[in-house]
Amino acid sequence: MNGDWELLWPKLVESFGQTLQMVSVALLTGGLAGLALGIALYVTRRGNLLENRWVFGVLNVLVNIVRPIPFIIFVTLLGPVTLQVVGTTLGTEAFIFPLSVMTAFGTSRIVEQNLVGIDPGVVEAARAMGASSWRIITTVLVPEALAPLILGYTFLFIAVLDMSAIAGIIGGGGLGNFAIVYGYQRYNWGVVVVTVLVIIAIVQVAQLLGNWLARKALHR
Amino acid sequence: MTEAPRDPGGDPQPAIELRHVSKTFGEGDGAVHAVDDVSLTVRRGEIFGVIGYSGAGKSTLVRLINALETVTSGEVVVDGQVITGLPERRVREVRSRIGMVFQQFNLLSSRTVAGNVAYPLKVAGWSREKRAARVAELLAFVGLADKAKAYPRQLSGGQKQRVGIARALAAQPTILLADEATSALDPETTREVLALLRRVNAELGITIVVITHEMEVVRSTCHRVAVMEHGKVVETGDVYDVFSAPSADAAQRFVGTALHDRPSRETLARLRERHPGRLVTVGVREGASTGTDLFRLLREHDVDGSVVYGGISEVGERPFGSLTVELDAPEDRVAPFLAALAAHADVVDLGTAAHPLDDPRVARLAADLGGRS
Ligand SMILES: Nc1ncnc2c1ncn2[C@@H]1O[C@H](COP(=O)(O)OP(=O)(O)O)[C@@H](O)[C@H]1O
Ligand SMILES: [Mg+2]
Repeated sequence: MNGDWELLWPKLVESFGQTLQMVSVALLTGGLAGLALGIALYVTRRGNLLENRWVFGVLNVLVNIVRPIPFIIFVTLLGPVTLQVVGTTLGTEAFIFPLSVMTAFGTSRIVEQNLVGIDPGVVEAARAMGASSWRIITTVLVPEALAPLILGYTFLFIAVLDMSAIAGIIGGGGLGNFAIVYGYQRYNWGVVVVTVLVIIAIVQVAQLLGNWLARKALHR
Repeated sequence: MTEAPRDPGGDPQPAIELRHVSKTFGEGDGAVHAVDDVSLTVRRGEIFGVIGYSGAGKSTLVRLINALETVTSGEVVVDGQVITGLPERRVREVRSRIGMVFQQFNLLSSRTVAGNVAYPLKVAGWSREKRAARVAELLAFVGLADKAKAYPRQLSGGQKQRVGIARALAAQPTILLADEATSALDPETTREVLALLRRVNAELGITIVVITHEMEVVRSTCHRVAVMEHGKVVETGDVYDVFSAPSADAAQRFVGTALHDRPSRETLARLRERHPGRLVTVGVREGASTGTDLFRLLREHDVDGSVVYGGISEVGERPFGSLTVELDAPEDRVAPFLAALAAHADVVDLGTAAHPLDDPRVARLAADLGGRS
């Protein structure tokens, strides 16, 4: 067992790095795209700032179609597009693409729901002051919803971490792949336990950080 | 408080003019005519009240003035500029010259008090130094200099509204719109906020449009008033005139709610137990009929009279109200006294306990209240 771990530790560290890479790239790109998509859903909704039945309808249907697709199937489904964009359908890099796309769609709903909670009165007040729609989005909508948005992104981080565990199906790495290859497939229960502990630690740190930032954003 | 210009006389350009303005929401059977062919003029420098029950169309009307809503037909003129049909960019420019205060304050919870007041200045492109100076000046004006760094949630309702007013004044507007600005506040705070609005008008010369459903707000604050019902303006005029001679039903009901000088039916019944003699209610107006007339005529006709009920308050800065008097004298002296008094004042004969009569204004109010509850 000890001999095993001498070989396994570097693998675990490498997998940890791959997971962080996948999650952070997906959260950055997908999270930003999702923010834009969520804002677009909110502002084009009936009675809102840039009400537009067609744009809202198209975006809404698109999000509703993509989100329920099981991620493991989505990765395969998106293969041809991944090939065009990344140049390969195998490996960690290739996995980051579908992960980012799904993250964007997941983010969009969370962002939209948090924006719906904003008092429409403050938007009205900003309009009455002569603020443009773009200014209202950046200086009213996002700041007013910042605390719940931070908690939403914390939730997303965990969801993305979860999705990243299946990177192995297209030859990607990461902690999920490590646990399956070195633990599950080699009947090494200890590896699975250690991996789970590492994941729990990551989630805890993320949640604490998210809570702390959200509290700061609420000025309490 | 200084007198607002009661006669526009030499000022050819009103602050706000609505010309046959209508706003309809929805279409066909579901259409709501929120504002229905309204024409009115708000003079420069006055406090103009718009009163009406919930759903009368007041908020829609006020939102047409700063183009938060677009008219279905008609024309809105602000400071001599037709704003109807302006492109979005120009509309934003117009809005920045009109301040707006809201019932629910609508402060940005993510910004401090100072940040809220500075927001419209950022929108208007003021430099950081000019912003800071203006914010300090405004917070001093509304008495919140010590709260600059507080967040809205740390303030009381009255303080929030004062921040709302400071914010609305920040970009130096010529017009201030206040939509139910005191409706979420308790009576004491309401008086403070109304006093602040009067100061804004008197000291800064800003034209104010006050939207309310409370006649008390109109009585204490406005120079002129429009009464709205079902999207239409059913009465407009000097507050004093509307109080002394309300013609539309809605106007009469509102006046009744703000004045408690005339005994209600229940009060009258109790009064009659203690004062079984002849009761009359005498209106008190500035100039036309003052209490002096009443007492002089009582003396001249040798009629004993004691005041048993009444009240005189200020309407548009002028005395207004009524006194209910029990008369004690033989009928042959009372009749000529009442005839002489009627020439000076609005007199309502309430009869005696044995032969009671109704005050038609009180009766109507009672019937309305009974019918509405
Ligand atoms: N955006 C809107 N869409 C549809 N109906 C509206 C809208 N705004 C107001 N209304 C309707 O117009 C009427 C007048 O409303 P409002 O101007 O808010 O009245 P008030 O401020 O006097 O209570 C009401 O019947 C209200 O339901
Ligand atoms: Mg209203």
